[in-house]
Amino acid sequence: MLVEALIAICLVGALAVWLVPNRFAHKAAFAVSLLPVVVSLYMYAVFDGSGNALLGGDIAFETFAEWLTLGVYSVNYHMGLDGISLPLVVLSTVLTSLAILSAWTPVDTRQSQFYGLMLFMEAALIGVFAALDFLLWFVFWEAVLVPMYFLIGVWGGPRRKYAAIKFFVYTNIASLLMFVGFFALVFGLGDAVTSTGLPEIAQALRAGQLGGLGIVGPDMLALLAFLAMFIGFAVKVPIVPFHTWLPDAHVEAPTPASVMLAGVLLKMGTYALLRFNFTMLPEVAATLAVPIAAIAVLSVIYGALLALAQQDLKRIVAYSSVSSMGYVILGLVAYTVYGVGGATFQMVAHGLISGLLFMTVGVFYNATHTRMVGDMAGLADRMPVTAGVFVAGAFAYMGLPLMAGFAAELFIFIGAFQSTVLTAAPVFTAIAMFGIVIVAGYLLWAMQRSLFGPYRLETDYELGRAPVHDIVPIVTLVLLIVALGTAPDIFFGMIEEATIDVVDFGGDL
Amino acid sequence: MVSASNWLLLAPTGAFVVAALLLFVVDSISPEDASGTVLSAIATAGSVVAMALSGVLLLAGVAEGGVELFDGQLVVDGMSLLFTFIFGSVTALVAVASADYLKGLPHKSEYYLLALLAATGMALMASANSLAVVFIALELSSLPSYALVAYLKQNRGSVEAGLKYFLIGALSSSILVYGISLVYAATGSLLLPDVASAAGEAANTYPGVLGVGILMVLAGVAFKTASVPFHFWAPDAYEGAPAPVAAFLSSASKAAGFVVAFRVFTVAFPIADVATSVDWVLAFQVLAVVTMTVGNFAAATQENVKRMLAYSSIGHAGYVLIGLAALGGAGSADAGSTVLGAGMLHLLVYGFMNTGAFLFIALAEYWDVGRTFEDYNGLATQAPLACVAMTVFLFSLAGLPVGGGFISKYYLFAGAVGAGVWWLALVGAVNSALSLFYYSRVVKAMWIEDPAEGAVEIESYPTALYAAVLAAAVVTVVLLPGLVVFDNAAFDAAAALL
Repeated sequence: MLVEALIAICLVGALAVWLVPNRFAHKAAFAVSLLPVVVSLYMYAVFDGSGNALLGGDIAFETFAEWLTLGVYSVNYHMGLDGISLPLVVLSTVLTSLAILSAWTPVDTRQSQFYGLMLFMEAALIGVFAALDFLLWFVFWEAVLVPMYFLIGVWGGPRRKYAAIKFFVYTNIASLLMFVGFFALVFGLGDAVTSTGLPEIAQALRAGQLGGLGIVGPDMLALLAFLAMFIGFAVKVPIVPFHTWLPDAHVEAPTPASVMLAGVLLKMGTYALLRFNFTMLPEVAATLAVPIAAIAVLSVIYGALLALAQQDLKRIVAYSSVSSMGYVILGLVAYTVYGVGGATFQMVAHGLISGLLFMTVGVFYNATHTRMVGDMAGLADRMPVTAGVFVAGAFAYMGLPLMAGFAAELFIFIGAFQSTVLTAAPVFTAIAMFGIVIVAGYLLWAMQRSLFGPYRLETDYELGRAPVHDIVPIVTLVLLIVALGTAPDIFFGMIEEATIDVVDFGGDL
Repeated sequence: MVSASNWLLLAPTGAFVVAALLLFVVDSISPEDASGTVLSAIATAGSVVAMALSGVLLLAGVAEGGVELFDGQLVVDGMSLLFTFIFGSVTALVAVASADYLKGLPHKSEYYLLALLAATGMALMASANSLAVVFIALELSSLPSYALVAYLKQNRGSVEAGLKYFLIGALSSSILVYGISLVYAATGSLLLPDVASAAGEAANTYPGVLGVGILMVLAGVAFKTASVPFHFWAPDAYEGAPAPVAAFLSSASKAAGFVVAFRVFTVAFPIADVATSVDWVLAFQVLAVVTMTVGNFAAATQENVKRMLAYSSIGHAGYVLIGLAALGGAGSADAGSTVLGAGMLHLLVYGFMNTGAFLFIALAEYWDVGRTFEDYNGLATQAPLACVAMTVFLFSLAGLPVGGGFISKYYLFAGAVGAGVWWLALVGAVNSALSLFYYSRVVKAMWIEDPAEGAVEIESYPTALYAAVLAAAVVTVVLLPGLVVFDNAAFDAAAALL
């Protein structure tokens, strides 16, 4: 019942914070958000799952209760965690707490509503990573959208309305496409499944029980469903060419929402790709390996080039997510233990690193009221700690050893290089690795222009050291990033155990 | 076998009548100084009793298989109880909300009286087992509705809407009654089961007479459910009517139209027997697609929130029509009962979410907020709780999983796929996605836009209206996990018809 307790704490907390007067909302929300952190860390400590939840592994913290039946299909309340979802749940709780802490300065209106929505979103995110029934999962998946829509639309920048609507429309259409794709599979399985439970469906699909649907044969059905789900999730990830909502949403969103968006929401897409496309339809994924890898590599390079061309520091960080998510896709399509495991690890690592960078940009913006790289210079003089943290975050992004990004990318590259599923795997890997050079290029260039050199910002604001409530979350993140980088086994052990089954799909390809 | 206890099955309908008579008595004793609160409380109590009784009888499975009364003129079964539950819940919400809305208006007791009589007519429609009773019950529910729409008689819009509704209603009634006479001519009976047993032969002997009769009955039903092309009255009537009345009509009255359609077409005109004279499943398929598409596209182009909701309720009629349009498809009888039951469940959820949305409009009218999307700008800063409720209604109407609307739409669309008419589900899903666009416009206006210059300051918060809106929102959310309480009852009720 611990998963339910987590969700309940967040929901009750959200309601409580929503009713608290504005001036107390921040402290109340932070206090409430510490509870899920404690609970999720406790869950990490006593985690006793093994294997993949969808492929017959032992599920930890499992709950099962009957919910609905429609015809032959039963929909059940089925929750539980395995080695893939637990790290993401921990990521969600930790990042929500830190994001709430970092909201002190930027959020100055309707605070109780803001923090209420943040906690509500945390509940939905935990649900997404824990649900093991499709309809239940979909309820949480869509429930994440609603608070994010308001977070961007109400507390965002000047073009917030446009960005919020764009985000909402894009991701909703994507959800619909994915929903149709998934149900095509369920109906295609015919009598082989009697529920919308993800484990049942995954195992039936892996056992090759997919039949045709009308005039569409089984192979074609699998292909079409794979594509529908892939595009649906690709929007969320986002992968080029479905990424155009992302910079708008990121730039307009208030800092804490950006942190959650980049840190956790994008992982919903890659998590779903792993759970649905790559776990349920490995054969199709293997057939499409080359085009998917090409899109992944394109995302890496194109995202990095776009970042290189930006003037707005927040946009730079936003576009860099596109390339990082490209690595994740490359790791997934490699179908090796290191590839898929590294991709999962990268989800966590990127969550921490991009969260860190967004928070730091937020701190700079609070102090200088500009995000234009061209307007800033010499910030390191005036805000040494924040600048230092930004440099650390950038290095983590570039994959400097002993930081989380390094571990993740190393795993992915090793995994991708060894891939037997992907034709010309070394070529794709090599091109993707070149992406790191561009990443290093734009980050170093951006830092050079904004942080170093003589201070010349013309502003009415007194520029000094950032306040403690801004420093604490970013320093905490740096520590976590170094911890994950030096001891990747904090998570990688359990991830590896859960991904071996995904990669091992019997038969020959 | 009719025993005394069987008459108790009519108790939910009786509760409406008793409450109406009680109002009549109270009004006779003190015509002018009866307080609005007392009247509202009587009407609410009567509908809550009707709702509770029908809910208990339904879930206890007392009327499983159907109990015939009055020599088969009335039948009480799972479906009639489920719909009486819907009518009771909608009437209760509307009666509570009206207490504030009617402040300072005359003829309060007549207002509640008419609403309760209309509800009685609807409950009878749910139980009608003969075409004659169908017609009488339909008139019993329609005549008070015309008067209710024109209730604000100093307001030109309200009177015009009432007149329009009355004229089109009268025309549709005559079409319906003419259709009934043709069916009688062809089959020699008005009792639905007897019509069914004669229908097979009639379809061969008098295919034209029976076919035209069935189509005219269909037209009468389409009017009551506001289905395209008999929907023209709906936006005008809903816009002109007092908002609680619009809530009542668009939720309860529509459900009443559907319960007649469900029973008459499945019991009296079995598609297997009458297909040679008229393929009404095909007619409902066309009707469903056209209704949801026209309703949604028209809703998307509105500038007035109330009209938008009116058109969206036409769109929802289109979704529910899937319940009939998917019958007789490639699927088994099991698939048919699933999709028909899904239609009933959607109407159940719709009773709460749509009534709630219209009651929120009533709240806005009470505050003189204005009618367009722009007028709703920034409303959330002044009335956050009510705006949360409205957000729940709108997203649930759109089919996002924040309320029961998600589950009932899932039932409908998955049921249609199960019955082999997957393209209907696809049209419905695309329409659903489109609807999110215009629903979210209201949400955006309330929460995201800044209030315009000179926007109204809200000074008073009408307790009863607020309570009704919040109650509807809570039930809408609770129905997301909780619709299961009703699903077996609905599927069984549908299976009993087929």
